Amino acid sequence: MSVYLLCLILFSVGLYCVLRMRNIIKIIIGIAIMEYAANLFFILLGYRTHGRSPIYAPDQVVKNMVDPLPQALVAITIAIGLATMLLLVAIAIRIYEKYGTFDITKINRLKG
Amino acid sequence: MIEIYLILLFMIAAAVIAVSLKDMLSSVVAIGAVGIGLCMAFIILKAPELAIMQLVVEILSLIILVRATIRKDLPFSASGRWLFNTVVTLLFFAVFLTTAYLSLKCLPNFGSPEMKIAGVYLTEGLVKKGIHNVVAAITLDFRSYDTLGEIAAVFTAVVGILAVGRRIGKKREDHVGE
Amino acid sequence: MSVSKRHEEGMTFIVKTVTKITLGFILLYGIFISVGEHNSPGSGFAGGVIVALSFVHIMLAFGREAARNKLRLFSTFLLISTAAAVFLLATVKSFIKIPYFLLTMPLCETVVVGGGLFVVFITLVLIYKEK
Repeated sequence: MSVYLLCLILFSVGLYCVLRMRNIIKIIIGIAIMEYAANLFFILLGYRTHGRSPIYAPDQVVKNMVDPLPQALVAITIAIGLATMLLLVAIAIRIYEKYGTFDITKINRLKG
Repeated sequence: MIEIYLILLFMIAAAVIAVSLKDMLSSVVAIGAVGIGLCMAFIILKAPELAIMQLVVEILSLIILVRATIRKDLPFSASGRWLFNTVVTLLFFAVFLTTAYLSLKCLPNFGSPEMKIAGVYLTEGLVKKGIHNVVAAITLDFRSYDTLGEIAAVFTAVVGILAVGRRIGKKREDHVGE
Repeated sequence: MSVSKRHEEGMTFIVKTVTKITLGFILLYGIFISVGEHNSPGSGFAGGVIVALSFVHIMLAFGREAARNKLRLFSTFLLISTAAAVFLLATVKSFIKIPYFLLTMPLCETVVVGGGLFVVFITLVLIYKEK
């Protein structure tokens, strides 16, 4: 059970970074940390003690395998996380070009 | 399972360093350390396919973040409504942590999952489909609509970045301005 | 202007020569990771990212101009769109049966992800170019 608590602490670090920081790159870093914690939580849920990775050998039948369904879901989550991060970086570069700063409290001009 | 605790503590330490540093480039390097720790945790938790994906994705996103932050250091300033922001953050954290702790009690114990759906995949994956890798059997055959959604998300992100980063509109504005 | 342009032409002679040798091997490793998905760890997405990283390797070694001259945007998008359409038809299996199903789907995913990420990287660098 304490593994889940450690994973929750990692999520909280990312949440603090998103809520409290004012730099856009720091906010992107916080979103990345939250994504890592969520992926790790899924894999922790599917682990079985003394388990084996879910790949069959050609001449061998193995009963004790870990849960393959969270691994398939996380494989899709990683891809979507990469796409999201690329889009965020592109928007951040655009904002820097237009306003000349990464500070989110100074991006309040409604100028063209 | 002492290794998973050590790796989780390493990841938390690297995340705290990445959040609290003032230099942007050092912060980006620290987030790379968190990703490498996650890759090692995947190997220990018996998920080699995800370890390969996480390692490769980490390298690409590290290159792009370094590209974005180079030569653009900004000093971090914490002025403004300091008291209000801190109180709101603490309140939000209290609600979040209480809800999370209450819901942690309903989870199965670590090391003994309930495999209601995955049991079918494990027994029928090799016999019916002829694929040795069960995760590939799920992503390619049983649930291939998920992979279709992933491809759609990547394609949409590519088109969106091309739309954000285009140059044509700005050049026209400049011509009109001159 | 000329000083900065000479500075951006890439790395030293040694790096360029080693890049020419190792480029094919990196590309081949990406295709191997993608094709061997059904009986060994690896997936089409990871193979696609490795292919994109080999293109990024060219750009870091030879400079922006060489990579941008090699990129033809219309052909790249035609390739990506064709692969995505084949993937869509292969997923909706009630309409069509794809031969060599286990090889076709990871290869289509590799083409879409690799080409798309390389186009994205070129775009993110070219935003800086005119700054």
